[in-house]
Order: sequence, then structure tokens, then C-alpha cells
Amino acid sequence: MARIGVFVCWCGSNIAGTVDVKKVAEEAAKIPGVVEAVDYKYMCSDPGQNTLRKMIKEKNLTGVVLAACSPHMHENTFRKAAVKEGLNPYFIEIANIREQVSWVHEDKEKATGKAIDLLKMMVEKVKKNKPIEDVRVPLTKKALVIGGGISGIQAALDIANGGVEVILVEKEPSIGGKMIQLDETFPTLDCSSCIMTPKMVEVYQHPNIKLYTYSELEEVSGYIGNFNVKIKKKARSIVEKDCTGCGDCWNICPMHKNVKSEFNVNLSERTAIYVPFPQAVPLIPVIDRSVCLHFKKGGKCQKCYDACGPKCINFDLQDEIIEEKVGAIVAATGYDLMENSLYGEYGYGKFKDVISGLQFERLLSASGPTEGVVKRPSDGKTPETIVFIQCVGSRDPEKGVPYCSKVCCMYTAKHAKLFAHKVHGSQSYVFYIDIRATSKGYEEFVRGTMENEGAIYLRGRVSKIYEDNGKLIVKGADTLSGNQVEIAADMVVLATGVIPKKGSDKMAQMLGISYDKYGFYTESHPKLRPAESSTAGIYLAGMAQGPRDIPESVVSGSAAASKILGLFSKSEYEVEGTIASVNKTTCVGCFYCKRVCAYSAISKEEIKDRNGNVLKVVANVNSGLCAGCGACVNACFSKSIDLKGYLDEQIFAEIKSLAV
Amino acid sequence: MENNIVEDVQNAQGDKEYPAGGAKGEDKDKEPRIIAFVCNWCTYNGADLAGTSRMKYAENVRVIKLPCTGRIDPLFVVEAFKKGAKGVLVSGCHPGDCHYTSGNYHSRRKYTAFRDLLSYLGVDINRVEFSWISASEGNKWVSVINEFTNKIKSLPGSSDIFSKK
Repeated sequence: MARIGVFVCWCGSNIAGTVDVKKVAEEAAKIPGVVEAVDYKYMCSDPGQNTLRKMIKEKNLTGVVLAACSPHMHENTFRKAAVKEGLNPYFIEIANIREQVSWVHEDKEKATGKAIDLLKMMVEKVKKNKPIEDVRVPLTKKALVIGGGISGIQAALDIANGGVEVILVEKEPSIGGKMIQLDETFPTLDCSSCIMTPKMVEVYQHPNIKLYTYSELEEVSGYIGNFNVKIKKKARSIVEKDCTGCGDCWNICPMHKNVKSEFNVNLSERTAIYVPFPQAVPLIPVIDRSVCLHFKKGGKCQKCYDACGPKCINFDLQDEIIEEKVGAIVAATGYDLMENSLYGEYGYGKFKDVISGLQFERLLSASGPTEGVVKRPSDGKTPETIVFIQCVGSRDPEKGVPYCSKVCCMYTAKHAKLFAHKVHGSQSYVFYIDIRATSKGYEEFVRGTMENEGAIYLRGRVSKIYEDNGKLIVKGADTLSGNQVEIAADMVVLATGVIPKKGSDKMAQMLGISYDKYGFYTESHPKLRPAESSTAGIYLAGMAQGPRDIPESVVSGSAAASKILGLFSKSEYEVEGTIASVNKTTCVGCFYCKRVCAYSAISKEEIKDRNGNVLKVVANVNSGLCAGCGACVNACFSKSIDLKGYLDEQIFAEIKSLAV
Repeated sequence: MENNIVEDVQNAQGDKEYPAGGAKGEDKDKEPRIIAFVCNWCTYNGADLAGTSRMKYAENVRVIKLPCTGRIDPLFVVEAFKKGAKGVLVSGCHPGDCHYTSGNYHSRRKYTAFRDLLSYLGVDINRVEFSWISASEGNKWVSVINEFTNKIKSLPGSSDIFSKK
């Protein structure tokens, strides 16, 4: 039999001014199951809480209802008080008679009536409450970082420096991501490799970081604190521990004319056995088996093998699957650039001197194909006039993407500036829609490009580019003057839009996190939980979430790291117990619940007889992942799932108490 | 659960299972009872904000708090009508703002299908209101309650939930 205590709070005159608290208490005392109902001036005060604790103890209460302010104010206060007397905290219910009664109604009689109704609802609800235990999940204190770009590197270093082991998985043969391809970075013009390589080396040498390059995530299972991951370490064909990175192998490789360098964005060639760039970390080559003569011609060529001093080349190495157990994951898979060929009118692919922004970075870079001398790809001449076109693909819902790629305004201004520094007397033209230069020092930087370097900014779009007598004729509009413009340029640089890394949707599905229609990972909350994914234990960083610049990527990497260090600072992960639970006797295993669950919290569980034969497959709620929204409860046809704290019978009891 | 929801609802509307303590008085001047199913994160906070801003609205609404509109079972709505509600309000986070990512979308989809079912059963669908009210929209909560109350009052045979055709 329920023994419920009711406390009606006056909140000074805040409630008592509009609600007849004495009458509310009197009426409450008449409800079956209520053993005592009292009113008190301030329930949240220490004496108020002591009254509550005293009654729980003396009357041996099984449930408490407070008619007071919003549960969002003091529910926790009263729960804590109840716990001290040994009452399960979820046996405290609050009827909100301040925010939703006394403050919004003036007629005392009606307000009192409503207060009594709300109180009754809660009494009926608390009668049906069941004890709920908060969920505790053990933690494997090891983190996995997916992606070795700047945000992944930052996350890995921060976690590792916090004393936690990190596994960093990178798909490419070297870490460094897109940032290592850049020349100098806006707005301070520090050289990207100068600030990036020390970090890469730090990752490589860090005792807490285990680095897997040329590796991909193969499978993820488990949940927060207890993920099992399988990593496919692709065959490098090199015995890594013996390699000294001397370069004898790639210098002798006969395949040096046919393969385009990914690092130099097709502006130069690489060999079949190669390191992507000289500062690669680890400085261990990899054999590209799709082009290597040894693999294509049945083992005839083995020049690299012969040249290798430590004899660390092994053509027979196979892909390897490595299994690891981790407690948290950072998804920092980065971005790609859109296909420039989408815009046929710009002639990318048709005219050699129409290049992308990333290609121009390589032309500017001292480690690039031209060693930092700006040369036209077509004939190697130094260009004197360059036209930069911004928003190629970005902010174009028709052909490209509707969002702004955020970095292009700034890197175009940087390109124009660096071009002016490198080729004196040159001229840049920039076609733009709007200039978005919103971070520290950005506006001044763009202004500097316009005012000090003489770049001419034209607000408008380019309609057509064609070749005439060795020049690229750029036809466009200057919407501010209202004129058509025609520029004879030596080169055209397209600021191509940013899109999520190819395969990011597959990655999201593997991780069980949500992603938007473009493929960018979605945050758990766009403002308040920007580092968390929708799945507990999986965090996000870098451009994989959407366009952002280097400082923001670094911040997001650190944010994810700090979340993980915070998570790992406790011995167990604790979550509120108001989660879904399955009645496995009635569950028919249709898994509609699994479809609606936004948290991948529902898994399949086999019920077996004593001989190990599977009797049926039922749904199982993973308490570490369940957020307690209750969507699965309504998806269940057989009424086999219920939400603790908001059980069907509780809601029906609330409604029933309102019968008129 | 229900073999014949229509009969059930009709019978229950006539029943007076037990009269609620405060809600006495003549049927004529009584405000029509509204039961509101709201989510914990947006609309409940919006209603609280109306309170902290000391806005005033009709006292006929009884709020049932749930974690998310995705938790709202259509049977709750049926049950509310059975227990004499003259209107049912479902309100949660705006599209895209759901605390649980997609619960409000599930709710919206369910509502769209359920509206037709209710209508088929003969319930006047003007008595079921669906709205998005964020935690910052105390004023919207007030206007939704007041407008919904007035709408119900203006319906022909306002105490009978079945549509008059």
C-alpha cells in the first residue's frame, strides 16, 4: 500500500498569494494513499527539507509529492534530501504550482482548483513509480582518434598529454591531413609545414600514442566506455621496424612518370613505391600495388628490393586486422573539395591553367612541384595576371551546395597576397559574392590584400572562360559598377567548395552517429554540445562537422579531447536511470524500436534454451547509450518497451486523475 | 486495448468517474478542459517561462510532462478524451531542435496519421492541436492556450467532442 506524503509550498507569497495552499493540503489529504499533507512556507529551505526528511522517516513514506515550483528548479534538491533518508530519488514528484499556476492565473478559486488537479496527477503518478537505479558503465580508459589531420592530431596530443592512451588511425600513408598541403596560413602567414611538422613528429614520438597509418576502420561495436574496434592495416609491403626512410627504394623505382602525386594534387608525378611528401610521418614508404610493376607484371621488377640496404621490402605482406578496445572515439575524418569539373564554363580540366585553390597552394609551397616559384602548369611561364573566382560550388544550391565553405574568402585573399609577394608587378582579380572575414585579424588581412597588394575585387560572377592566343579570357560581371568585365588572364584559380570526406556517411553509419544531408556529422546539440555526437562516447572534431578554419579545427580537437579526459576522470560512467527497458517475454523481435532509435541503443539479443538453441531474438536496450526519449516505446507494436519514470501506466494514471 | 474506441469514448464522456476536487461549477461557464502533452525540454520550459514572465492565460490547461513528444502515444490522446478533455494539445521542440534529435519528427508523423483516424472515428479534429513551442517562447505558449481555448469554445456543441455533420 502506497504511503505518500504531500508537501504544499507557499514560496512566500509567490504561491500562497494566488493559491489557497491550506485548501490544497486539505484536499490532498483526502486522496487515497496520502498519509499526510502539510503546507510549509519555503520547502527548499533547510528547515523545509528537514521537514521532508523527517516525515519520510517517521511516516515511512513510499512516495513524496511536492506542490511547489517547477521541477526544473528544485527536483534535484528534493531528490537529494530523499536519498539521505533511504528513499529512491525517483519517488519524488513535483506538481508545478508556481510557474504554471500561481504566476499565470489571477482567480484564486480557479488557481486553487488547478493546483489540486496537478497535485492529484502527481499523487497518482507516484503511486505507480518503480525504483530506478542510475546506470553505471565501466570505462576502458583508452581513446581512438579517426583521422590524422590537424584536428585529429590536436585531439590525440591533448588526450595523450592528459595521461590517457590514444590510438590514432589515418587512412593515408602519412598523417598531416590537408593542412600539411597548405603553403602559408592566414592571417599571420606562418608556414603550414613549419607549425605542422613538429606536431606530427610529437604524435609519432609520444609514448601514449599508437599510430596506425595507411589503415582504415573496419568495424565498430559496443558503446560508451566499451567499444570494440577493428582496424585494417593495409599492406605497406615494407617491414616498418627495419625501414630507415633513406629513399634508396623510391629513387630507383622505374615508375616515375605515370602516377600523379596526390600530395601535389596532380601537379607532379610520384613513383610506385613512395612517401607522399618528404616530411611524411612516419617516414616509411608504401608500395602502391595498383601501379607497381612487381605486382602488375608477375614479380619481374624488384629494383627497390635490390636497392634496399636493410632489406625491409616484403612483397608478400598482407592486410592485417588489428582489434582494439577503447572507451571513447573522436571522429575527425576531415573534408574533400568538390569536383571543379561541375562548372564546365570555367574550363577546369580543359584548360591546364585553370586550377583549384589547393593546387595553387602547392605552386606557392617551397616543397611543391615548382619549389615555390609560381609557374603556369601549361608552359611553365610565370603568370602576371591571375583571376581568382570565389564560391565555386559554395552558396550555389542549384549546382553546388547551399552552405558557405567559410575558408575560401580568406585563402583567396592570402593567395592574392602571396602572389603579389612572389611575382612583383603582377595583378590579381578576385570575383566574389560577399567577403566573409569574421575572425580575429581576418578583416584587416583581406583589407590589406586589397589596399596594400592592389588586388582588384569585383563583386560578381564569372560567366565564361575561354582561351585566346595563350591567354585565358575571363568574362564576368561587376555588379557594383553594373559593367561587364573581360580580363585576359594567365591563370585562373577556383576557390572550390568544401564537402565532407568521401565515405563519411559510411563512417557515420559504422559509428552509429547522425549526419546531415551533405554528410557532415551532426552535433548532439548545435550550441551546447558541439563536441559530442548523438551517440554517447563518440566525439567530433574538425571539418568533418562542417567547414571551419585551422584555429577552429584545433579548438574542436581540444574540445573533444577535454570531453574524453573528463569522461575518463571518473572510475565509471554514470547516467540517469530514466531509460527504456524491454519486456523480453512479450517482445516479438520486429525491431521497429531499433529503426526509430536515434542513439543506436537497441541491439538484438538471442534468447537461448539450455542446449544453446536460439528460441527467439528480442530487443535489448543498451543502458549506456539510451538517452531516455521514449520514441521506441511508441514504436513497439506489442507494447513490450516502457520508459522508466514515464511508464505507460503512470501517464494513464495521470490522465485518469483528471477525469471530469 | 480498445475494441471499440468510439463507443468507449462516447460512454466515458457521459460518465462521471469521480469529480475532480477543484473543477466544480456549471458546465456553461466552465472553460473547456484541455490536456496538454508537452516535452520536457522545449515546451515545458516555454510554459515555465510564461510563468516567470508573469504572463496570464486561461486556467483550463493541465500539463502532462514527458521527456519528448516522441514518447506521446496516440492512446494518451484517446484516454484524455475518454476522461472528459475537450481538447488535447501536443507540443514539443521546433523541427531541428529536438533534444533527442528526431523525436518530434516521429511525433509529427504519428500525429498526421492519427488525425485522420480520429476524424474517421468521428472526433472533431479541431480538438487536437499540435504545435512547436521552444523554451524561449513563453508568449507563444500563452497565445496557443488562449487561442485553442477560444477555438474549442467556438465549436458547435462545444461540450461534445464529436463533430456535427
